[in-house]
Amino acid sequence: MSGGVIGVLALQGAVREHLRMLDACGARGRAVKRPSELLDCEGLIIPGGESTAIGLLIMRGGFLEALRETAVKGLPIFGTCAGLIMLARRVTEGSQPLLGLMDMTVRRNAYGRQVDSFEADLRVRGIEDEERPFRAVFIRAPWIEEMGEGVEPLCFHQGRAVLARQGHLLAGAFHPELTDDRRIHRYFLRMVEERKNEA
Amino acid sequence: MEEKGTLRIKTGLAEMLKGGVIMDVTNAEQARIAEKAGAVAVMALERVPADIRAAGGVARMADPTVIEEIMAAVSIPVMAKARIGHFVEAQILEALGVDYIDESEVLTPADESFHIDKWRFTVPFVCGAINLGEALRRIGEGAAMIRTKGEAGTGNVVEAVRHMRTINEEIRRLTVTPREELMTAAKQMGAPYDLVVWVAENGRLPVVNFSAGGIATPADAAMMMQLGADGVFVGSGIFKSADPAARARAIVEATTHYDDPQILAEVSRGLGEPMRGQEISQIGRENLIQFRGW
Repeated sequence: MSGGVIGVLALQGAVREHLRMLDACGARGRAVKRPSELLDCEGLIIPGGESTAIGLLIMRGGFLEALRETAVKGLPIFGTCAGLIMLARRVTEGSQPLLGLMDMTVRRNAYGRQVDSFEADLRVRGIEDEERPFRAVFIRAPWIEEMGEGVEPLCFHQGRAVLARQGHLLAGAFHPELTDDRRIHRYFLRMVEERKNEA
Repeated sequence: MEEKGTLRIKTGLAEMLKGGVIMDVTNAEQARIAEKAGAVAVMALERVPADIRAAGGVARMADPTVIEEIMAAVSIPVMAKARIGHFVEAQILEALGVDYIDESEVLTPADESFHIDKWRFTVPFVCGAINLGEALRRIGEGAAMIRTKGEAGTGNVVEAVRHMRTINEEIRRLTVTPREELMTAAKQMGAPYDLVVWVAENGRLPVVNFSAGGIATPADAAMMMQLGADGVFVGSGIFKSADPAARARAIVEATTHYDDPQILAEVSRGLGEPMRGQEISQIGRENLIQFRGW
């Protein structure tokens, strides 16, 4: 990977795991806490955490607007779990601040409570060696309830889309950063490279 | 193959709570205030620690009705406390569907020799510790998250600081201890050898470590984060203060921006009276909660 920095939104949640994963992929990761730190990022990961907490913290100091603006300009973003919720345009229940960038509706805590959290082997389209299953870790996870035409599902669990892409945006309901399987992070890093070549 | 209740799923939820604030609540209304303020989870209790301390008597698991009302009121994870060693209270909490069980010294211990065998449960556990040996014993029993104990219900951060510094110092020491000395170190701390080796190699606990027991202000929370906590529990500090909603919000922001004094100054302003607090030396060692558990 070339010299650019991949930001990991560090307001709350599993920041350390994504930084570890980026490091393992040979990319440079950096925790991002302020809007100004977005400026020299070539890509951004929104980690898992509590989406209500991240949603509130993102309202401070114009962060929400700054993120939306950078995303609209084409910054590649990968959201996991709470990050997937933040990227969505709609949630099925309740109201919370969302970036609203991907044309999809998500259901929070779709599988139930923590005792219903699970891991499973799933096929993920588009990653290297895609016939080899990916160990997907779902923790109080959301799923994608509905999506618009521009959103391409890359992975399903029992008929529900749990990983999807819309242009330069990627969103997953499970946690590749809690495993040692780097394929989804490498897929995202390829999206970042593609974007750089376009620009 | 699909699996539930794996160690990765248990520790994983704690990883998702990092950088956040877990707040003690005693009813649905308080839970909603906590969620709105940005809490990452709530701890469902019948009484906050300050009131448990004042009331005396035996403190037990909360009434399932209270816990269920709180679970219905919010979408964030709900934790609840079981007495040390009281595995049936834990079974009941798991049956209710709580997201995390705190095997807690704040309640009156039910067993003076043994903690709960936490490996037998699908639901994850958090346990308190005042030093590294205690933390590793709890992890050895299956705890998926640790919190330093501090001294609950006092609004005095001094014990929380002591416990966090103690654990950090013991970890640092292990990282420079020669391999052949690790078995003796494990014997001295009363901790499982393989976990001692893991800590020596990695320089941290194998699970998330929050700070608890005495945090009452945004500055307290930020201090614990700067000392290396992964997040904070606030018990009596919020709902025993003059303006719980404002204080809760301020502590959440201080926990995220713990290394930015400008933001800390801003969020610390105009929060009204904090909880009154207690000097530890006036409590008397026999009444200190932190020495419960073994």
